[in-house]
Amino acid sequence: MSELTVMEATRQGLLEEMRRDARVWCLGEDLARGGVFGQYAGLAEEFGGERVVSTPISEAMIMNVGLGAALSGTRPVVEMRIADFTLCAMDELVNQVAKVRYMFGGQARAPMVIRMPHGVARYSAAQHSQSLEAWLVHIPGLVVLAPGTAADCKGMMKAAIRCDDPVVFLEPRALWPTKGEVPEGEFVTPLGAARIARKGSDVTLVTWSMTVPSALAAAEAASGEGISVEVIDLRSLWPWDRTAVLASVERTRRLVIAHEAVKVSGFGAEIAAIVAEELGDLLLSRITRVGAPRIPVPYAPPLESEYKINADKILTALRRTTQARASSRD
Amino acid sequence: MTKAAESNRLILGSALLRTMIRIRAFEEQARAAHGRGEVPGTLHLSIGQEAVAAGVCSDLRREDTIASTHRGHGHAIAKGADTKAMMAELFGRTGGTCHGKGGSMHIADFSVGMLGANGVVGGGIGIAIGAAQAARLLGEDRVSVCFFGDGAVNRGPFLEGLNWARIFSLPVLFVCEDNGFAAFTRTSETTGGPGAAGRAEAIGIPSLRVDGNDAFAVHDAAATLLGRCRTGEGPGFLYAPTYRLDGHTIADRTPYRAQEEVAAHRQRDPIARLTEALSALGMNARGAVQYESEAQAEMNAAVAFAAASPWPDARAALADVQDVGAPQ
Repeated sequence: MSELTVMEATRQGLLEEMRRDARVWCLGEDLARGGVFGQYAGLAEEFGGERVVSTPISEAMIMNVGLGAALSGTRPVVEMRIADFTLCAMDELVNQVAKVRYMFGGQARAPMVIRMPHGVARYSAAQHSQSLEAWLVHIPGLVVLAPGTAADCKGMMKAAIRCDDPVVFLEPRALWPTKGEVPEGEFVTPLGAARIARKGSDVTLVTWSMTVPSALAAAEAASGEGISVEVIDLRSLWPWDRTAVLASVERTRRLVIAHEAVKVSGFGAEIAAIVAEELGDLLLSRITRVGAPRIPVPYAPPLESEYKINADKILTALRRTTQARASSRD
Repeated sequence: MTKAAESNRLILGSALLRTMIRIRAFEEQARAAHGRGEVPGTLHLSIGQEAVAAGVCSDLRREDTIASTHRGHGHAIAKGADTKAMMAELFGRTGGTCHGKGGSMHIADFSVGMLGANGVVGGGIGIAIGAAQAARLLGEDRVSVCFFGDGAVNRGPFLEGLNWARIFSLPVLFVCEDNGFAAFTRTSETTGGPGAAGRAEAIGIPSLRVDGNDAFAVHDAAATLLGRCRTGEGPGFLYAPTYRLDGHTIADRTPYRAQEEVAAHRQRDPIARLTEALSALGMNARGAVQYESEAQAEMNAAVAFAAASPWPDARAALADVQDVGAPQ
């Protein structure tokens, strides 16, 4: 094991795949200068300007050029700078990238990775902070990943590059500087498999991406209050690991879902619906979702903290859900 | 022109004429089949615009790629797509180029470098550029063509694409097939400045303007610009004004234009004009007639093939979405 930041682990995943496969290349703004946040540091020096391409600020073209190149024998990694800017390329992502294989009757594959740092970070306000995963999971044809640890960011970046489907790689921007254990040597993290981040027996807490540390902190605090929380880091949102979630809830009979995105029509709603459909009769308390209010992300710290979920808000939900233990349903 | 040059011109022109007659016959048969209720969706016909598709694609090799538009039957045929499979696709049948998943607006044939018609105006521009960028990365000697209409020049990806191809000096030919109308509206009413070619020139892309109803002129200009692409001199822009003799869709009776206007443009029909030019070069009077009867036989066979092809099994709707996370 070595200790790496989330950003460095992700960079290593890309670096290893570029060394392994000459068809892998990346395109996006400022990449030859290491990327806007340094995620591409050193890659242009090693692979040159034809494989690490600095582009104009032309999101639609970045996406569709990536697609045309993916259809023509290469495996591009498309950098959107931040998730919010993907909206300038949404036609290309949704109408072209996600659909080419299907609407052309299987003639084509679009093996490409679309990187989108997402979420609240550095007081970036309404147009640089969104979590739009629910939009993306809704689109047939896309794989949507949302890892939340250094090891998963590396292993899933490698898996995404090797995947023949278009893969949206949501990056936990706020976690980039945080460190985590990363296995030495070659490893690829399977897509669609959740990770049990903490074992527990009273309540299942499902989360992903930048919310993983808050979920673990809430679970730790809850354990001090005698609540045993099983934390499932979903890692992959499409496909998502229904089997792991259902198996856990079958044991704990309680479910809390926590995500940074707006709660209304967030991806937590899908998980809640599936668990209700499959295990509704078994539940000891109502399913609880923790998510942002339906407001744009504000700038000033006191306003931003009103938007952003944290360990305290998750802990409150855990308490409420488990207090139902004493209710007549138990 | 020397005798040898005239003879070469005749050979080239005959090939162009044959392609254009095949495109016309395909679309007339498709229109008739639609009238009989055999084509479930709509059609965007390129009748009157065949010289652009034939002229540009006559300069392409099989490995070269094109990206097309919602009005793309002609481009596909000119690039070598199989007309039986195309017709079956319009019918929504298993024998179709896309096995009935796409229909007219998504005809693609990757085996001949046809990277797809496109239901989004300007949607093919970036795809064609990406194909060119991949060719460079892989060290392959290919060029890429994007066809688009006059409506596309007011979309952002047009500007983004021109700039991208220029700064990376990619082997891309932009072909603006200006049929006068963006859907139901005259493009002249919605387009400012010096027009499509002027915009390309402003970005530093050499452009040529030709009569889009003159197949020879289209061919010659495309050959010049593609020659530059092939020798590494970067992108080119071909502006080819033509005229859409039919409506935007098959349901469009074009109430927004006078019948006299259409009739005047029928006098400039590219097929008739090329036939005339070839006669002057000494084409046998039976030449065009023979192409016509061959094309009718080919398209009759295409319709028969399409009608005989089974509907796809309903379960096929769940196939070819994605490998990871495929529908259950």
